[in-house]
Amino acid sequence: MAVVTEFQKAAYVAGQAADARVNVEIEAEGMTLNIGPQHPATHGTLRIVVRLDGEQVVWAEPVCGYMHRGYEKLTEVRTYPQVTTLVNRIDWLGSFANEVPFILAAEKLMDVEAPPRAQWIRTALFELGRLANITLFLGDMGVQLGALTPVFYAFRDREHVLNLIEAATGGRFHPNYDRIGGLKEDLPKGWVTEVKSAMSRIRTFCDEMEDLLVGNEIFETRTRGIGLVPAAVGLEYGLSGANIRASGVDWDIRRDEDSPLAWKHCDWKVWTHPDGDCFARYWVRLQEVREATKIVEQLLDGLPSGPIQAKVPRIIKVPAGEAWVHTDNPLGEMGYYVVSKGGLGPFRTKIRTPSFSNISILPWLLRGVYVPDVITILASLYFILGDIDR
Amino acid sequence: MTAALHLAYWQTTTIKVLVVMGVIPLGALVLAYVFLLKMMSHMQSRLGPMEAGPHGVLQLLADAGKFLQKEDVFPERADRAVFALAPVVVLMSAFLLYVVIPAGPRLTVSNLDTGVFFALAVSSLSVLGVLMAGWSSANKYSLIGALRAAGQLIAYELPLVLGVVGVVIQAGTMSLQGIVQAQAHGALLGFKTLGEPYILPQALGFVLFIVGAQAELTQTPFDMPLAETELVAGYMVEYTGFRFLFFFMAEFGTAFAFAAIGATLFLGGWYVPGVHGTAADVLGPFVLGAKIMLVSFFIFWFRFTYPRFREDQLQAVAWKYLIPLALVNILVTGLLKVVV
Amino acid sequence: MAADAAAGEEAAAGGTPEAESPAAQATATTEAPAPVDERRQPWLEALQAELGEALVGHEIAGGDVWVRVDSSAWRRAVVACRDRLGCDYFCFLSGLDWKADVDLAAEKVWDPEAQPSAPAAGANGGYRTGVAGGDTRFQVFARLFSTSAKVGITLKADLDEEDPRVESIVSLYRGAEWHEREAWEMLGFTFDGHPGLRHIYLPGEFEGHPLRKDFPLLSRDVKPWPGLVDVEAMPGEPEGGGDAEGADAEGAGAEGGEG
Repeated sequence: MAVVTEFQKAAYVAGQAADARVNVEIEAEGMTLNIGPQHPATHGTLRIVVRLDGEQVVWAEPVCGYMHRGYEKLTEVRTYPQVTTLVNRIDWLGSFANEVPFILAAEKLMDVEAPPRAQWIRTALFELGRLANITLFLGDMGVQLGALTPVFYAFRDREHVLNLIEAATGGRFHPNYDRIGGLKEDLPKGWVTEVKSAMSRIRTFCDEMEDLLVGNEIFETRTRGIGLVPAAVGLEYGLSGANIRASGVDWDIRRDEDSPLAWKHCDWKVWTHPDGDCFARYWVRLQEVREATKIVEQLLDGLPSGPIQAKVPRIIKVPAGEAWVHTDNPLGEMGYYVVSKGGLGPFRTKIRTPSFSNISILPWLLRGVYVPDVITILASLYFILGDIDR
Repeated sequence: MTAALHLAYWQTTTIKVLVVMGVIPLGALVLAYVFLLKMMSHMQSRLGPMEAGPHGVLQLLADAGKFLQKEDVFPERADRAVFALAPVVVLMSAFLLYVVIPAGPRLTVSNLDTGVFFALAVSSLSVLGVLMAGWSSANKYSLIGALRAAGQLIAYELPLVLGVVGVVIQAGTMSLQGIVQAQAHGALLGFKTLGEPYILPQALGFVLFIVGAQAELTQTPFDMPLAETELVAGYMVEYTGFRFLFFFMAEFGTAFAFAAIGATLFLGGWYVPGVHGTAADVLGPFVLGAKIMLVSFFIFWFRFTYPRFREDQLQAVAWKYLIPLALVNILVTGLLKVVV
Repeated sequence: MAADAAAGEEAAAGGTPEAESPAAQATATTEAPAPVDERRQPWLEALQAELGEALVGHEIAGGDVWVRVDSSAWRRAVVACRDRLGCDYFCFLSGLDWKADVDLAAEKVWDPEAQPSAPAAGANGGYRTGVAGGDTRFQVFARLFSTSAKVGITLKADLDEEDPRVESIVSLYRGAEWHEREAWEMLGFTFDGHPGLRHIYLPGEFEGHPLRKDFPLLSRDVKPWPGLVDVEAMPGEPEGGGDAEGADAEGAGAEGGEG
């Protein structure tokens, strides 16, 4: 069970008191404001309807679905290899990380194991997807708060990671590189050395972010104590990944599940923070980026040689059954529940996306906060619209 | 003007008005180009505009042309008269600031004895314009922005004024020209050669002035009224075309004016040691220009680096920290003036 | 580590259930000399003790545990998981539609007034359902997880075809609110006690429940599915093997992977 610190308890009580104050005035004429669907702060087409009392939010309700593409229905008329082209686009910044759980689920049903080299490369690309995603977050949180410069550094240094992903897979955002049984093809020559230099660039970038934002008093004033999520409440809502680790819950699927991917072969640390506020979420992600660079370096140092794909039939028919595979994606816990009836494609796929659950906490979290804090909280929970809406 | 050329009052006034009307857009353009387009871009590891003219120098002229030829749009439920008048009010307050800024021993529109007082009083007229803009736009975002702006601008008048009071005590006069002369003839630790730029004895006052100016210009870290990622330009959001150009020019014109006042009060204005008389009249504007660029550098550097304060934190900073500091500064300056 | 030991034990048990035909999967336990999953077996036993008759199907396989309960005991089962097993994390809640004789790519016209098709004849009403069994067309399933024990459980319940409804678990896990709204919207399940079942993804006037098997994928109206496009032979394999099959999303029974 997660332990609630004194700080969290005190802030939680204060939040409830704010609720109580606000509830009394709920009959008063308030102003209803639509944040979105076109708004710089909502990372896409998310609409949040808030009712304001002055500058305080009395009631908030996110309205999603502006980008709903019907993925779960679409997978029912695709073959298994075709599904990867769809699921790439769920968390479009995390690129490769979306394909992995689905392919693992299919492999689980087929009882096929990809060769070690493929698993290691998969893990490395997974972590590169994490870097591409979270480095943008580190800069973006600054922009939401008004610091214009860090986001440019983020884009500049992210380019290195995206170039690497493109060199290996052919696509920056939508690699479509994972195959049942392994990978599409092997890595290009010289890729491993390029990655090493890019990793040190990312670490320099993290130090810059620490200087520019984490060490900035204004940033701290804007984020400490704001948007406090006690661990128990967060878990009930289904918050996962860095969001829940920032509330003190020591849970990382990469470490805690026995996955065929290669995290267990690396020496790395899971970062948590006891506070559960916006600052904690930023800080945890900053440390995770640094940790991810170390994981990638270790993986590429110890990359085994061998085949890149296991022997699978030309036309893939997955035996009947159900499988659930989840991974710790950049945004949180992403999982696929694949139901197969022995055909060419899945019978039903339930795609469990992290941002859907992360956003469901907003009606509870936004009551009693000020309008600028709404923006801060949205920025710190970090969602991608494709992930919410599928 | 020189003794040989004796112009009538109306002639000198006309020339002065024309000069000021030319200086404001010119100053605004220079500041916007150097700091907003180029310095900000280079700090963010990108190049900025490069196409219009060599290294993009004509970009702002192109922007001005673009704004001027746009359709004059009024929101349906906007209060037309007030909506149209608001940018003019803000621009007026920027213009009026230039009345007292000296660019040379005899180059000033009007050497008022209460120069500092006049400047600070006139700069607070912009609050009216902002409120008019926000209210008449008939837009909730504008309204929130305008109300934030009103609170902020009024709150930060005080550190601005109180920071300057120390300089006034030390110079013994409120006239800007007089303050420049006091710095020119002052002595720094006994050395008379460099004069006594007040930035050194009044360092705290300088900091307060810069912070206050930053807030008066609604620049980050005090740009809650604009808050791009929340309100998307706040009180200015419904303005397009040449009205937006007025706001833009007013903002950078005011920035230029505040930098000029800061340079005059703390860095010695047009004075450069060793240059007197007519030479100072010729060189003065350029010297003042250089000092303006230096002060603006700091103002804009802070703008691009820091995140923004939340409105209540912003007010807390002003009332709980800056004003007490300013009062302490005045106390110490007064004591030292009497004792030393 | 405990995870590795358990994984090692499950590897032997893991191969068997998935590769078998769905009919065999409906049975309760695996074949005789199956090793015991030490982390999940106690969970299963605790739930059996708590729910008794209401637990109508279960499966421990491949490092995971499924439990199917009677729909009237859905909420009790969730309470048992939360309180007895310590599941503090709500992963997701959704539904399954097991209707098997639908050609999603073929149906081009949808009639909102049409009656749902009658269940096919045969055992289990013709529905061949999955892990831990099932008798009806609709199943609601949810996944819960314990962050302290690092073990998760999938709960399932059969729902009536005419009126699929079950109790809401929003008061137990607040996150279920959005998931239940989505299940209502996509599959038509009703959740008794939910604060407000309304559309979450689709616009307010939308008719029908898209994830049901009789809701056609209307994009196929424009262009028929091309089917399995030509596939390059793997290096070393002869050309022209395998079936260039058409549009079915589910094939005939059990075929383990081809060699």
